Amino acid sequence: MKLERRVEEGVGSRLPKSPTGIRGLDEITQGGLPAGRSTLVCGNAGCGKTLLSMEFLVHGAREYSEPGVFLGFEETVEDLAANVASLGFDLKGLMAEGKLVVDHVYIERSEIEETGAYDLEGLFVRLGHAIDTIGARRVVLDTLEALFSGLPNPHILRAELRRLFRWLKQRGVTAVITGESGASTLTRYGIEEYVSDCVIVLDHRVAEQVSTRRLHVMKYRGSLHGTNEYPFMIDEHGIVVLPVTSLGLEHEGLEERIPTGVSQLDAMLGGEGYYRGSSVLVSGTAGTGKTSIAAHFADATCRRGERCLYFLFEESSSQFLRNMRSIGLDLKPWSGQGLLRFYAARPTLYGLEGHLATALKEINAFDPSVVIVDPISAFQGSGRPTEVKAMLIRLVDYLKSRGITMLLTNLTSAATAIEHTEVEISSLIDTWLLLREIELSGERNRGLYVIKSRGTAHSNQIREFLLTDNGVQLVEAYVGLEGVLTGSARLAQEAREQAQVLELEQELERSQASLERKRRSLESQLETLRSELAANEAESERLLRQREERHERLAGYRSAMERSRRVDHDVDEETR
Amino acid sequence: MGEQVGAEKKQKAEWELRLYVAGQTPNAIAAFANLKRICEEHLAGKYSIEVVDLLENPKLAAGDQIIALPTLVRKLPPPMRQIIGDLSDTERVLVGLDLRPPS
Repeated sequence: MKLERRVEEGVGSRLPKSPTGIRGLDEITQGGLPAGRSTLVCGNAGCGKTLLSMEFLVHGAREYSEPGVFLGFEETVEDLAANVASLGFDLKGLMAEGKLVVDHVYIERSEIEETGAYDLEGLFVRLGHAIDTIGARRVVLDTLEALFSGLPNPHILRAELRRLFRWLKQRGVTAVITGESGASTLTRYGIEEYVSDCVIVLDHRVAEQVSTRRLHVMKYRGSLHGTNEYPFMIDEHGIVVLPVTSLGLEHEGLEERIPTGVSQLDAMLGGEGYYRGSSVLVSGTAGTGKTSIAAHFADATCRRGERCLYFLFEESSSQFLRNMRSIGLDLKPWSGQGLLRFYAARPTLYGLEGHLATALKEINAFDPSVVIVDPISAFQGSGRPTEVKAMLIRLVDYLKSRGITMLLTNLTSAATAIEHTEVEISSLIDTWLLLREIELSGERNRGLYVIKSRGTAHSNQIREFLLTDNGVQLVEAYVGLEGVLTGSARLAQEAREQAQVLELEQELERSQASLERKRRSLESQLETLRSELAANEAESERLLRQREERHERLAGYRSAMERSRRVDHDVDEETR
Repeated sequence: MGEQVGAEKKQKAEWELRLYVAGQTPNAIAAFANLKRICEEHLAGKYSIEVVDLLENPKLAAGDQIIALPTLVRKLPPPMRQIIGDLSDTERVLVGLDLRPPS
């Protein structure tokens, strides 16, 4: 016995726990199963008991260096090894390395004759030997209750089981005992009364043709634990339990903004786009362009060199790529460069928890900065509205906790109020874009509103939403006395306005021309006056010259007279 | 292995029996005494008994699928049969060993 690993139960000390390594379960149990004690895992046939217990051992052996013993009463070693090989568990390898002992206990009632008092010391010896051989810290007894159907005299069995659990505790091993659910008791033979430390109930239900596995920690003495029923699934790596990852709202509000891929939409959201790490909902009726908005966002993300994970629940990725090419968005190169990854599946492929788990797995594997789910309304058929909502809360919470920006699209059916999201998640959403049809003058056109956008100064206006060969264009819708005009009505209105402008311009031109004419006529008048003036001036000059000439001629005449009269020149007379 | 008890040890016995015990418990002692008595009464000269103490050889428990103790295993003649308990119910032991049809 390895005393150094024995459980110390000091007052106030935290209960030591043995991590299961099962994704999600350690979070619910806040660290794992009670170390050095026994845990009962019960549920119906096929609910995953054996797998859970086997994972507990394999993870223990591989990741926590705690060797384990698996005592199976139902399946042979070969069957067990084959069953879990698909999950990547190499039982034979672990057995060869001395990290695991798998023993099959075969009991056939018809081959056993009871002839008097007996005990289960043989089981103790086998278990003890296996534990000692590899120094096991973990023990699994898979469907211990098989003893009840295999051996006579339940009174002896009950006494011996009680002794077994005491013995396991003394050995200080962490044990998992599985049991089939009984009609009204947790286990068929009521062995829960011997295992009082921790009880985990597994369940496998089919509701509306969708099967959902659930896990519930019914009891965990001395420890806090999540008390809800948690969906879980079995994927190619084993069991994944899906706890609500963040019970509080502690995610960081990031200041960074990232473009939407449609510049006019960026402008509507205060000029910079969405907040990084926020949740964006694009809702609208069929054919309003939700996917196009999402594709633009994906394109913008990849353009920045960031990774985008695109969940398609209504079309295949090649169909999506083709459709987006028709509006001038070629996303294929991004897909080729590994920046864009698609995950396309029918919503009915798995139950809700299956989708969530797959989504989380894909997200963990790809580590994107943007996740797009197109559309979330596809999940309506997969569960009750509360379940769908719970799943989406988990997804949104998870993405927020990782700072991943998400864009969800939602198909609103025409019959319901347009602001109604079928799965009622609007309260989870930071930015909500509503695409709606505007019916006017016998046309259907698309309009886009920003219903809300937490933390941004966003436009309160409706924009007309056009799908062109060059992607999405947002056009300012005509808003005037006649209301919001879109499509050809808007074009007609715009044409009318343009005609008015033209008319004004022409009028201006006309008045300018007449002014010019007036100016010209005034100028010509000015010219006439000027020439008249010049003529006057010439005339006056001529008169002056005439006068001088006359004077000269007169003077000459006088002197000639004087000369002829031979009189003296009389100056006074001459000047008079 | 355990001690060999019985008639002719050197030659192959027609009845080969193996009794699994874990230490000298009252059940083990009673079982051995009962077995010896029944064999002498019904199989005198044709049997061999091997007693396996699992405290000494714990790894032998898995081989014959031993859970309960004491367990008597009829190795020969086939088919193999298991009889558990202290063998105090002689009738059931005889049924278990196929020496008497079940009543």
